[in-house]
Amino acid sequence: MTGGKDAPLLRLSGVGKSYGNVIALRDVSLEASEGEVTCVLGDNGAGKSTLIKVVAGLHRHDTGTYEVQGERVVFDSPRDALDRGIATVYQDLAVVPLMPVWRNFFLGSEKRRGFGRMDVAFMRSTTHAEMAAMGIDLRDVDQPIGTLSGGERQCVAIARAVYFGAKALVLDEPTAALGVKQAGVVLRYIVQARERGLAVVFITHNPHHAYPVGDRFLILNRGQSIGYHTKDEITRDELTGLMAGGRELEELAHELDAAGSPAATRIKKEAETLNPADG
Amino acid sequence: MTDAVAEPPVAGRGSDERLARQSPLRRLLGRPELGALLGAVALFVFFSVVADAFLRAGSFSTVLYASSTFGIMAVGVSLLMIGGEFDLSAGVMVTSSALIAALTAYQFTLNVWAGVAISLVLTLALGMVNGLLYVWTRLPSFIITLAMFFMLAGLNLGVTKALTGNVASDSVRDMDGFDAARAVFASDLDVLGLRVKITVLWWLLFVVVATWILLRTRTGNWIFAVGGSAASARAVGVPVARVKIGLFMGVAFCAWFSGMHLVFAFATIQSGEGVGNEFLYIICAVIGGCLLTGGYGSAIGAAIGAFIFGMTNKGIVYAEWNPDWFRFFLGAMLLIATVVNLIVRRRVERTP
Repeated sequence: MTGGKDAPLLRLSGVGKSYGNVIALRDVSLEASEGEVTCVLGDNGAGKSTLIKVVAGLHRHDTGTYEVQGERVVFDSPRDALDRGIATVYQDLAVVPLMPVWRNFFLGSEKRRGFGRMDVAFMRSTTHAEMAAMGIDLRDVDQPIGTLSGGERQCVAIARAVYFGAKALVLDEPTAALGVKQAGVVLRYIVQARERGLAVVFITHNPHHAYPVGDRFLILNRGQSIGYHTKDEITRDELTGLMAGGRELEELAHELDAAGSPAATRIKKEAETLNPADG
Repeated sequence: MTDAVAEPPVAGRGSDERLARQSPLRRLLGRPELGALLGAVALFVFFSVVADAFLRAGSFSTVLYASSTFGIMAVGVSLLMIGGEFDLSAGVMVTSSALIAALTAYQFTLNVWAGVAISLVLTLALGMVNGLLYVWTRLPSFIITLAMFFMLAGLNLGVTKALTGNVASDSVRDMDGFDAARAVFASDLDVLGLRVKITVLWWLLFVVVATWILLRTRTGNWIFAVGGSAASARAVGVPVARVKIGLFMGVAFCAWFSGMHLVFAFATIQSGEGVGNEFLYIICAVIGGCLLTGGYGSAIGAAIGAFIFGMTNKGIVYAEWNPDWFRFFLGAMLLIATVVNLIVRRRVERTP
């Protein structure tokens, strides 16, 4: 730990990214430290995906700085990020559905025993053990990963990242496509990863998933940060309000008010309850 | 800590019960080779019954020889298909490879082994060009190799005619090293009283090596991954471009080997040969359980596919039917095999 307590594991300051003339991300700052969950919230198109791609090394940022343990970095590929201990679990999980669970678990980091020969027995038993440690008892690690449920697949992807020595875990909407129970399993695993001392960056559009597990919350809207709070600065309702676009509702109320619409008072009230922080 | 996450939806007994729904029979049917194996057994019994000559030792070695010439190519083609790509230039590449060896050896009056080596280098280069074009342009391999197919077919004819004034290469039978090379690429062997072509042994060796690569090496893991989901493979650090280029070169290697067999079996090479064979290789691979979409299949399956091909090809002759029907049977088997594969894939990919 080079920077000690002063330097968080990941720090983005004023990061921006454009694709041609489209500004996808502007002046976004973010920190993630060991044993903390940093939640990135935002609606569709808010820039969450772009942010995650910058963090994961898929895209380079155009402006601002990106520091890992106090050291400025520019990643050329996801491999560079992985070498720094930053593992990303994408929405599509980066698993190959037709391949057995154990092959997916070790894909790209196969354990070998010379002559390019894989240590199949080791990989099978390790996969089984790692999944068992997460509370998923796979009877058969040879089953295609496509036959697992969404939550289980998510857990395989997370377990894989943790097993391969990730220090920071970036999760791209891990609960988005899951049912309530399965989302619960994944959230529990996020907490477990935090307790293991990992820095977790949790991207989601669901404040109800983010608030119970998060320590810091970054709210994005249209590529810009509209709020960056620690847990003690913000309540669940305020977070929901920021997410639900309370400010936009307020503006709508003003417009309707000007037009003399009776609906204006109702919307204004709703906006106030949704967005008490901005009053 | 473990206890904290071992909660209801993932509890041990429940998962096991769900898994138990998959009977051992269905599990067996999920193997890529199984459909082909059943088909091969059925065809073998069928031809044994309808064709008296089919079960004679001599006939069987003929069937094996036919299977091996296509089976060797099917090894490379099946690996490429598991990796998610096609090579339509494979058929004419065999002829190109044979022509390169025969023409360079004859024109420069070299030892034939020099021609063999030059051919190996140039044929691998052709495979590499296929792969590089695929990686650089990101066009479907279907288009790239279709272009390569026509270019090679034209080059085969054009260059051969320009050099020899003929559509066939000059005979290399009397050149230095021919007999030694023939021993390696095109000799006959006695195996347990059965006279088999050496290509059969090479074929089996290639299948064993390819199966080992697929199932027991990192490279094999990567081949399945780039075919099953190239984006996922890239995201976890698999060098997708290198794997794909390597697979195209694998096909080229098989084409070189098949080409050398032609050179030393016949000594002269007809420059128009090979057109259309690429489809037969693909058919062998598909009958053997390779999915057209990649990510699934086996080299053993492709070998069984080639054996089915050989049995049908020669069995029709032994049954004294009109051989014109051969292509009809081949097409019908391809259709059946593809439908079976489709069902397999749907079941494997289905998420509960």
